[in-house]
Order: sequence, then structure tokens, then C-alpha cells
Amino acid sequence: MTFFRFIAAGIFLLALSLSAPIARAQDFAAALADFTTDSFSDTEKAVTTIATSGNPRAADVIQALQDGRLFFTTEPKAVFIRTADGKFADAATGQAATPASPRPVRLNNRLRRSVDAALGGLTLLSPDANKRLEAAISVFRSRDAAALPTLDTAIAKETNTRVKRALTEARAAVILFKTDASETDKLDAVAVLRARGDQEAKALLSSLPADSPTNVKTAAQSAVAAIESNLALWATAQNAWYGISLGSVLLLAAIGLAITFGVMGVINMAHGEMVMLGAYTTFVVQEIIRTKNPALFDYSLLIALPLAFCVAGLVGIAIERGVIRWLYGRPLETLLATWGISLILQQAVRTQFGPTNKEVGNPSWMSGAFEVGGLTITYNRLWIVCFTLAVFVGLLAMLRFSRIGLEMRAVTQNRAMAASMGIRTGRIDALTFGLGSGIAGIAGVALSQIDNVSPNLGQSYIIDSFMVVVFGGVGNLWGTLVGAFTLGIANKFLEPFAGAVLGKIAILVLIILFIQKRPRGLFALKGRAVEA
Amino acid sequence: MITRTLDRGGWIFISILIAAAIIVPILNIATSPSSPLHIPSYAVALLGKYLCYALLALSIDLIWGYAGILSLGHGAFFALGGYAMGMYLMRQIGTRGVYAHPTLPDFMVFLNYKQLPWFWYGFDMFWFAALMVLLVPGLLAFVFGWLAFRSRVTGVYLSIITQALTYALMLGFFRNDFGFGGNNGLTDFKDILGFNVQAQGTRAALFVLSCVALGGCFLLCRAIVTSKLGKVLIGVRDAESRMRFLGYRVESYKLFVFVLSAMMAGVAGALYVPQVGIINPGEFAPSNSIEAVIWVAVGGRGTLTGAALGAFIVNYAKTTFTSGFLAPYWLFMLGGLFVIVTLLMPRGIVGTFRHWVAQRKAKKDAAKAEPNGAQPQAAE
Repeated sequence: MTFFRFIAAGIFLLALSLSAPIARAQDFAAALADFTTDSFSDTEKAVTTIATSGNPRAADVIQALQDGRLFFTTEPKAVFIRTADGKFADAATGQAATPASPRPVRLNNRLRRSVDAALGGLTLLSPDANKRLEAAISVFRSRDAAALPTLDTAIAKETNTRVKRALTEARAAVILFKTDASETDKLDAVAVLRARGDQEAKALLSSLPADSPTNVKTAAQSAVAAIESNLALWATAQNAWYGISLGSVLLLAAIGLAITFGVMGVINMAHGEMVMLGAYTTFVVQEIIRTKNPALFDYSLLIALPLAFCVAGLVGIAIERGVIRWLYGRPLETLLATWGISLILQQAVRTQFGPTNKEVGNPSWMSGAFEVGGLTITYNRLWIVCFTLAVFVGLLAMLRFSRIGLEMRAVTQNRAMAASMGIRTGRIDALTFGLGSGIAGIAGVALSQIDNVSPNLGQSYIIDSFMVVVFGGVGNLWGTLVGAFTLGIANKFLEPFAGAVLGKIAILVLIILFIQKRPRGLFALKGRAVEA
Repeated sequence: MITRTLDRGGWIFISILIAAAIIVPILNIATSPSSPLHIPSYAVALLGKYLCYALLALSIDLIWGYAGILSLGHGAFFALGGYAMGMYLMRQIGTRGVYAHPTLPDFMVFLNYKQLPWFWYGFDMFWFAALMVLLVPGLLAFVFGWLAFRSRVTGVYLSIITQALTYALMLGFFRNDFGFGGNNGLTDFKDILGFNVQAQGTRAALFVLSCVALGGCFLLCRAIVTSKLGKVLIGVRDAESRMRFLGYRVESYKLFVFVLSAMMAGVAGALYVPQVGIINPGEFAPSNSIEAVIWVAVGGRGTLTGAALGAFIVNYAKTTFTSGFLAPYWLFMLGGLFVIVTLLMPRGIVGTFRHWVAQRKAKKDAAKAEPNGAQPQAAE
């Protein structure tokens, strides 16, 4: 029985939905014809009919009327919309038309009001969810009491939760400022706005009209306080997230240096250029994919990662074998020589690719953002944080568990003994340096997603990277991790007070002062290894 | 006194400086432009610029070559001295600026400053500016050095934080609200002590002054490194902890030369600005400071004359190669120079030459006194 009733209802609804558009289409055409009589009362009738017709062209027509772009001809009776480029389109169909001597549909003030109301209502009821949302937000800002009936209809009809919330909030805003609304309604409105809990809600609640009931006022005050503390909490969380994201960028840039400088004691001023090489590898990979097989674009970073590791790693090995191995034990001279190498690499890239920024695209899975409460998190930052931690853990595991890691640690701890145990120290040196450079290369792949890929890319990270390693303590990867995140988070929390540049200066000064206290960094090596 | 402090290279260096100070202005002013001996004014300014760089290199050599302090931020002291002089020159413009404001320099009017910032007071007087040229770099070096040396920050750590220091200053000076003209810096100078900065005579006088400053600082450095103080510094350079165990207050010695060297760099900057006509935050860039270190390395670390020579050679090469068809390759050359010098010529030009001379002498001596077999002494 219920089943049949259900079917019957379904058929009835179907019939209704099929018949209604036809009836409305006739309404729409008839209403358009009313514009051609050139009388204000007919025009008003037309506006109301069109606004309720549900025709997809209704919004365009009313909008044109409001802008003074609606024209009509009497012979034949037809209505036209003038588009932005001065051409005409048929109002009923939207197709291009060339009317003979069109006259504008005139408006007076009374008409203008009903046009405005019709337009607001139309977008609130628009079939496009985004348009409804926009309309709700604009009502929220304008707090126009005239929109209240349409709002109620729209809320009743709405199925999209997000739009429904926006509509309810818009209604609350209207009610709160409507003088003749009941006290309970207003209290409900305060509760809705309190739940919204953002800056705009706070502004509304703290600018209540003077004649609001006392109950409403106290409720609003407590709501404002609640919103404020909530906002402060989210702002802190957002800052912390920015800090973590900046910290992971610093860690990425510094982690390779932590190996070459921290573990091997080589001041590699060309480290930034290894990062740059990684970024350019990404660029080249994407260029090839663009021309050969655009479908692979989403995998471009995955392809670039091993390539960047190899390119930067091989260049690093070449540098170690060619220059650095002659300079062990003379750190200041490795500094000068690698600075020279960094100049050569920069110029080489500039000669090959030009001095301008290269465009590196984001794959689709790295674009966009999502929201958690009051937090906005972009996917590319999130991926970089995850990637950084993965690289860090991978590196730790490699040094701890692999044969080559064991040999690397042996050589850095006691070169002579390692050599007498049969480890080929020269080879290990080259591989360690190659590893540090390779990691810089894959850092470049990640950084190409958030920074300009230009020959100067490396220079912008080199000082920060050294600061991280020195701050964290040389010879200790955990120190680099803590150092990077401390500096990143400190930087982001200083920024609101001091501005970006002064914040950075403050961080540099703080590090200089910190080094006074702990000359060998946060996690200093102790014992005999210190002087070595 | 001078005869005692100067070796043969020192005499040659001073003689060249004196000759240059006399001959260059004469050939610039007294000869007609068509004469083959004529030195055009731009060349005088260029040579003056090299002299300032040589003075900067000398100041780096004093601390790096003799006390083992590798500062990668000495350009900061140079730039601070330059800014102090630039501020004086800015105030001398007076109402001749574009906005003709009686007290505010053009960029302040442009940036809507209502009054002169307090740290610009006094810079309308030359003696005050000259004092600041010494005092500002000296004070910064004192504070920084006191903190760093006392807590025994040495070696590469010191190098890296000096680099951070100049980087931080660069970021600051690039800001418009810092009160030093933002990234345009200070420029459009008119007068210095009532003389037109652009005039031929002023340029020649500035050149002579640069010669005098370089010569004077050279003599001062020689006096220091040949004195007992110098011996202590060399001891610190070679075995810092041993010197500490011997009872020397290592940090005081280091602090003294560091501050002195910063002041010398400040003087170099102050002479540089009127000859070049501009000072901007780019001078604080860490790459500039590192480049200055390489001048010293090329000429010969710990030789003083070598530092000046290196500054001359590298900058001459830079001027030559950054114009013309080789310009895009200049950074390859400079980078290659860094690598080659550190790998193949760790003593630099003058150091290698001295080493060669000393070895030849030792061989001769050994040949003379065959039975004793005296060991050759390396000159350092």
C-alpha cells in the first residue's frame, strides 16, 4: 500500500516537474512581450513574472534591465540584450540578433527597487549552487530585510549543506538587524552567528543596533568573547602550520648540508646550486613531458625525483673527486673553492636556460587547498611536509641500517681505523658527498613547486641552510630536524609582530646570540669528536 | 721605526703608492686630453675605487692572514663606513635636491618622512661623519667580536655567522622604513667639504687621499704584525688553545685586531662612496664579502702587500672582462679563479713568489755551508 502511494506520488511529482517548465516558458515569453508596451506598470508585472518563471535566462534579463542594457522593438515585438561589446542578443534565446532601431526599456525608482529585489531573489534561487552561495554571502553583508521572504523559501528548498548554512547565516544577520524581529528570533540569530565564529560574525555581533533587547546584547557580548578566543586559537594553529611548512622547507634545503657539512665537515657553499640543479631537472622533465606525452604530467615529479637525485649526486661526486678531496682538513679553503664552483654552476645554468624564472607546473594532486575548521591547508605544502619527513626518516634509516651507512659513520668517526679495517675511505667520501648533494637535488624538486626556478634559487637558501645546521648542532641529523622546525615556527610567529623582513633579521640576530651560549649548536657533539 | 717594520716588498709597495699619488693627478690635470700620457678622469676614479678595495682587502688580510679570523661579512663594515660618508654627502645637497627640501634628503620627502630620523642628526658636520665612519663599524665589530670571541666561536662557525650578520644588515637596509633610502641607497651627491664631487680637482684629491689611507693603514698593519702583538696573533692563528694555555688572553688580542680591521674597512668604504657616487644595500650582499676574501687569497694570505695586489688584479680583470664579448663568461672566470687559487696556489701570488725566493736562497746557503746542511726556512 505504502509502495503504491509512493509510486503515485512519484508519478505526480514527475508530471508536475514536466508540466511546470512548459507553463513557465509560456509565462516567460508573455512577460517579455510586456516590456515592449513601454509602460512602467507592465514592466513591473513583467519583472515579477520573469523573476518567478524559473527560466534560466531570467537572471540575465533582469540584470540587463538593471544595467540599462535591455532594449525592445515594437515592429516586430521583441526584446534584446545589449552585450558588453555593444552587440545585441535576443532576450528569449540569447542568440545574436540585429534589431532595427531598438529603444531601451525605461526604469523609475519604484521599479528599480523591485528589480533589485527580483535579482537578489533570483540568484538566491539560482540552480547553480555557487551562485546561491554568492547570493547568500552578499545578503549576509547587505543585511537587506527585503530578501527575508526569498531567504526563507531558499532555506526550505536548499539541499546543499554548505549553501544552507550560508543562507541560514544570512537570515540570522538580517534578523539581528531587523527592528521588528522577536527577541527569541534574535537570540537564535546570535547563536547561529556564534556558531559561524569568524571575523565577519564578530563584527556583526559587536555592532548590534542600539535598540536591541538587553538579553540579545548580553548573548551577543558573550558570543563575541567566545568567537575572539576561538579565532585566536585558530590563528595560532594557522601560524603553527605555516611554521611547520616553512620548517620543512628549511629542513629539505638543509638536510643535504647536514651530511656534507655536519658529517663530513666540508663547507659546501655550492650546496644551494645542488638544490637549483634539482629544480631545473624538474623543469626539463616537465618540458619533455609537455612536448612528448602530456598525459604523464601528473607523474612528472615522480619521474623527476630519481633523476634529480642522480644529476645532483653525480655533480656532487665530481666536485668531491675533482676539488674537495685535496682540501680535507682545511675547511676554510673548501668554503672558498666551493663558492667558486657555485658561481660556475650558476653561470652555467644561466647560459643554458637564461636568467629568467622558469615555470614549473603543479601536478593536479598538488593544487588546491582544503579547510580544517579555521585552518586553510594547501595540498602542495602538505605534500612537502610529508615528503620532507619521508626523506628524513629514509636518510636516518639508511645511515643506521645499511652497509654503506655503517661505512659512512665509520669513516667520519675514525678515518684511520676505518681504512685499516679495509674500508675504501676515498670511495666513501665521494659517496657521502654524492648522497648529500643528491638529497639537495630532490629538495630542489620539492622547492620547485613553491619557489621561482631561477639561477639564483640556491643562493636564497644557502644562508638559511647553514643557520639551520649550525643552530641544530653539527654532526647530528636530529639537531637539523629540531633546528629547522624551531626556526621555521619562530619565524612565522615573529612575522605578525615584526613583519617578514624584520622577523628574519630577528631570527638571524637570535641565532648569533644563541651561538654565544652554545657555540656548537643545540645538540652539540661531546667528547673527543669535538676537536676533530 | 719605518725601516724596521718594512721589508723589501713593503718598500716597493709604499714607493709605488707615493709615485701613483704624485704621477696620476699630474697626468690627469696637467696634460691635455690629446696627449698620450693623459689619464682620463674616469680612470682616476676607477683607480681610486681599486685603492679602496685594496684597503678592504688589507683589513681582511690583517685578521685572516695573521689572526686566523675568516670574516665573510667584512663588506658590512665597508658598507657601514660608506653609508656614514653617504649620509654626510646627502646632507650637503641641501636645497639642491629634486624636492628642494631644506633638511630632508629627496628619498625621505618621497617616502613621506615628516622629520629627520634621529640617527641622521649631526651628519651635516664633516667631523661628526668622519668620526662615525670609524665609530659605527668599530662599535659593531666590538659588540659582535666581544660576543663571538668570548664564547670561543671559531673557524667556520665564525665565518658563517659573520655572513649571517651582513645578510641581516642587507635585509634591513633594503627596507624603505629603515631610513637609509631603501634599495636605491644614497646617491646624487653634490659637494664634499664645499668642493664639487664631480670636479677634476676633487677626484684627484680623493685619489691622493685613498693612496694616503692605503699607505697609512699598510704601515700600521706592518707595525702591528712585526711587533710582539703580531707574533701573538700569529700564534693564535696557528695554535689558539696553546696560546691560551700559555696565559695569553686570546679573545682580547682577537677583539683588538678585529675592531681595528673593521675601522679600516669603514675608512675604505667612506673613501669609496664619493668616488663611485652611490652606496646601496647591495654592498652588504654576502657574495661581495666573499669576493673580497678571494682577492686576499689570490694575492697571498698573510702577506699584506699580496692582499692589495690581489684586490687590484681581480678588480682589473673584472673591469676588463665584464665589458665586451667575454662579459657572460666573467662568473666562470671568477669561479675558476676561486677553485684554482685554493687548489694550486694556496699561498697566493706574493706568497708563492716569496716561497720561491726563500727556497732559492736556502739552496744557495746550503751549497755554501754544505757540511752543516741547514734546513730551508719557509717564509710566512
